[in-house]
Amino acid sequence: MTDVRADFFDAKPSEGEHERVEAENRRLAAERKKIARDGPKLKGAKLAARLEATWRRPPGIIGWLATVDHKEIGRRYMITALMFLVLGGAMSLLMRLQLARPDSALISAERYNQLFTMHGSTMMFLFAVPVMEGVAVYIIPLMLGTRSTAFPRLNAFSYYMYLFGGLMLWGAFVLNIAPDVGWFAYTPLSGPQFSPGKRADIWAQMITFTEVAALAAAVVLTCTILKCRAPGMTLARMPLFAWAMLVVAIMIIFSMPAVALCSGMLISDRLVGTNFYNAAEHGDALLWQHLFWFFGHPEVYIIFLPATGFVSVITETFCRRPIFGHAVVVLALISTGILAFGLWVHHMFATGLPRVGYSFYTAASMSVSIPTGLQIFCWLATMWDGRPRFPVPMLYVVGFIVTFVIGGLTGVMVAAVPLDLQLHDTYFVVAHFHYVLIGGAVFPLLGIFTYWFPKFTGRMMNEALGKVSFWLTFLSFQLTFFPMHWSGLLGMPRRVYTYPAGLGLEVPNLLSTIGAFVLAFAIVLFVVNGIVSLYRGAIAGPNPWGAASLEWATSSPPPVYNFEHIPVVESNTPLWDSEGELPVVTGLRVDEKELLLTTVVAAAPDLREPVPAASLWPLITAIAVGIVFVASIFSPWALAVGVVPCGIAATAWFWPKELKRHPEPVIS
Amino acid sequence: MKPRAAIPAALAPLLLGGCSYQHYQSIFGAAAVEDRQFLSLFWFFLGVCVLMYVLVIAFLVLGIARRGRTADANVVETGRHHTSDPAMRSTLIGWTALIGIGLAGLAIASFVTDRSMAEAATGEKLAVTITGNQWWWDIVYNSADASKTLRTANELHLPADVPTRIYLKSNDVIHSFWVPSLAGKQDLIPGRDNDITIVPKKVGIYRGQCAEFCGVQHAKMNLVVVVEPYPDFIKWWEHNLQPAPAPTTPLTLAGYNYVTTGPCSSCHNVGGTPASGQIAPDLTHLASRKSLAAGSMPMSKGNLYGWIGDPQSLKPGSKMPTIGLEPDQLHAVVAYLETLK
Repeated sequence: MTDVRADFFDAKPSEGEHERVEAENRRLAAERKKIARDGPKLKGAKLAARLEATWRRPPGIIGWLATVDHKEIGRRYMITALMFLVLGGAMSLLMRLQLARPDSALISAERYNQLFTMHGSTMMFLFAVPVMEGVAVYIIPLMLGTRSTAFPRLNAFSYYMYLFGGLMLWGAFVLNIAPDVGWFAYTPLSGPQFSPGKRADIWAQMITFTEVAALAAAVVLTCTILKCRAPGMTLARMPLFAWAMLVVAIMIIFSMPAVALCSGMLISDRLVGTNFYNAAEHGDALLWQHLFWFFGHPEVYIIFLPATGFVSVITETFCRRPIFGHAVVVLALISTGILAFGLWVHHMFATGLPRVGYSFYTAASMSVSIPTGLQIFCWLATMWDGRPRFPVPMLYVVGFIVTFVIGGLTGVMVAAVPLDLQLHDTYFVVAHFHYVLIGGAVFPLLGIFTYWFPKFTGRMMNEALGKVSFWLTFLSFQLTFFPMHWSGLLGMPRRVYTYPAGLGLEVPNLLSTIGAFVLAFAIVLFVVNGIVSLYRGAIAGPNPWGAASLEWATSSPPPVYNFEHIPVVESNTPLWDSEGELPVVTGLRVDEKELLLTTVVAAAPDLREPVPAASLWPLITAIAVGIVFVASIFSPWALAVGVVPCGIAATAWFWPKELKRHPEPVIS
Repeated sequence: MKPRAAIPAALAPLLLGGCSYQHYQSIFGAAAVEDRQFLSLFWFFLGVCVLMYVLVIAFLVLGIARRGRTADANVVETGRHHTSDPAMRSTLIGWTALIGIGLAGLAIASFVTDRSMAEAATGEKLAVTITGNQWWWDIVYNSADASKTLRTANELHLPADVPTRIYLKSNDVIHSFWVPSLAGKQDLIPGRDNDITIVPKKVGIYRGQCAEFCGVQHAKMNLVVVVEPYPDFIKWWEHNLQPAPAPTTPLTLAGYNYVTTGPCSSCHNVGGTPASGQIAPDLTHLASRKSLAAGSMPMSKGNLYGWIGDPQSLKPGSKMPTIGLEPDQLHAVVAYLETLK
């Protein structure tokens, strides 16, 4: 029997064809000689100027809107998220004013319900997740030693979708059609029968915007982390923040479809009268809770795991030694990511599902504290074996441990069914998740802002002011949220716009209110420190903290092309082990934007990949998609009609482009 | 270091709040078997958690204090042997085992408590059906004898030491039945049948509250719970089965006429009169209850005037409309309602 494939490959080209191929190869070789590459002949200032010319975005407002530079997009992501933090925080101050006294009539019930919905939705969907993505989009390519993220246009699209979703929600608030059904919008309260008007639709479409944005960012980050690492940065040598973001990005990809499904079904219940959640028509009100929490619980870890990455980064740098148990931390991140998908029913212990089933969710929920406990051990062991210094970022790490562990332990308490039946939906739970989310995520975030501020801006944040704002933040946080444990135990449920006198709730609520205002002042002080330091901070230099990872191997702020030469990595802590001179790879094109892709596990050089130019099409596509999303609140026809502009924009976006010079074969 | 700074701030509300308060609506009420079981588990968990916390903080403080800030703090320690310090590795294994054992203990304790709560719930003697509505509680005492079935609202009477099963339903959105001094919460979900069994132990008056956000007046969907000795409870039941007392004065007669023929009667029921609406709280013995508008305010003449005259300013968004009664009509209606003992 003859092997057909062998015949195919052995087939000789005819004489004429052979000559044609030869001629083509000669022509390509000549072309290739004209290509400018970095290397011994092209280095230093000349190389920098050449790269700058290739990588910089078009000038003017068009270029500003069209940019695909991950640093600009990351910066916008972070600044936008911080603005939403301020708005969400302002909502909480209004709520705290109302709750300062019993039977207060400062804010109406309707307005109060909008306030806590806006606060929760903004903090979860418009601040916490996007700010982590923003930091990652900025720093991950630098940390991995590459020049751009994968799919930079998708990255730009992601930002614009996020921005439009946030603007829609807050535009609705200004127009007094803000949602008022809580950040998890339980059906049937959020259904057509009990929430007439457009408030609940605004909430559901805001979810759609942010889930599209988060999915896009997750794809960008996954591919960047798996394929764009510097040669030699094997998975085992990858920085822990990159590991955390890899796990988080994959979690986003698995969890967001659940919320897309449930919010899509809610919109369809409201818009075209399907009855997915209507018990009277054989729908099921609890279906919402299952689908929402299948996303909603992983969401908490999507916020928390990047923060653990921050803690690992800061701890390693300021303890002056490699993190203890690098592999243990990686395994902890992965197992937390997996366990996160098996816990969602612990939000539903009071709904009357079978008791035996509940026991499994109790055990699963408690078991999350094993990987988390291991991570905490590794940080503490790093401090124990290292020589810790305590500048502001490290203070936040200590504040994080002191605070987050309380939240983790109250989490173990509410994981037990008999305890949760009392504590569920009370201020005890409010205290628990603020300990976890502020103590566990915002403290490390403030620490990492201080830590990476010199990389972002080229200047240091003021240390004295930073210490003042740390202590104010830390202490006022405790004053705000510790008494909430107490008000919860005294029987105060969540989401009440007022409470009567005489239940013992006056003192804890007043303390919380005072604490909240001091906390707000402390955050403002942090922002002021950032703004002042932007102009007057000490010049940082490339590596002010003496850190070990690659983002510190380039200037601060980094040039648009990130690195003159792509570094080669030989250990977990390259800048500490290379003794000043990092080995580099050369030979990448400098006349076209080009990335060096490496293999997934071993990070061996694999491909050279052209990087798309700046383009307005991601923005135009986002506008088209955004208009469809908003219009579909009002008419189902928007989806049918909207396919056309979205299709046109996406087609233009993906239209094949020609490189200025003939491309070389990219497989080396 | 830092925890110490946090503790005084944390203790203040504990001390102040704890002393001034009668456990009217608190998980420390311990007024039923269920809450007592909850409390013993709660203290056990709290003890274990505090122990774990102290361990973490001790590790942190000692770790920081151990080396201090040496002059050559900038020297970087690298190399493989540091990442695999053997003593620290065995500590890591011990630490993991400790967490594992602690969690297993807590999980077993939780499971055992859950089982014993389920066991205490068997053998119920009394069945009550509570239906959640935006924003009040409809209460029906079930009885095999239809003439003994009692319908009331917003005030639940329970006999002490009698296991009572409460069936939970909802007419609109999801609510949650929660009387902290007695037991944990259980949701009222449209289209699903839930129940909770309570064995009250301590005679007294407690306050419950809807614990699942259910719309604009979620905060004022409260419930008064009266736990009383069994004979008193039976007396209360018998009394409440009686029709409403007939009006005796011209003023209460005018009120009777307005309530039973006017707009009130299309929603409210007053037993023994033509007023037989079913979609709002039963008023037959309204004046014998301790509160008005689902526990929003105490029952009093003044509050009756306020609530009937302008419900929308006392409980904005409530389904009770502001009817705009003339002053003499309002006098008559309040006078009549006050006779509904």
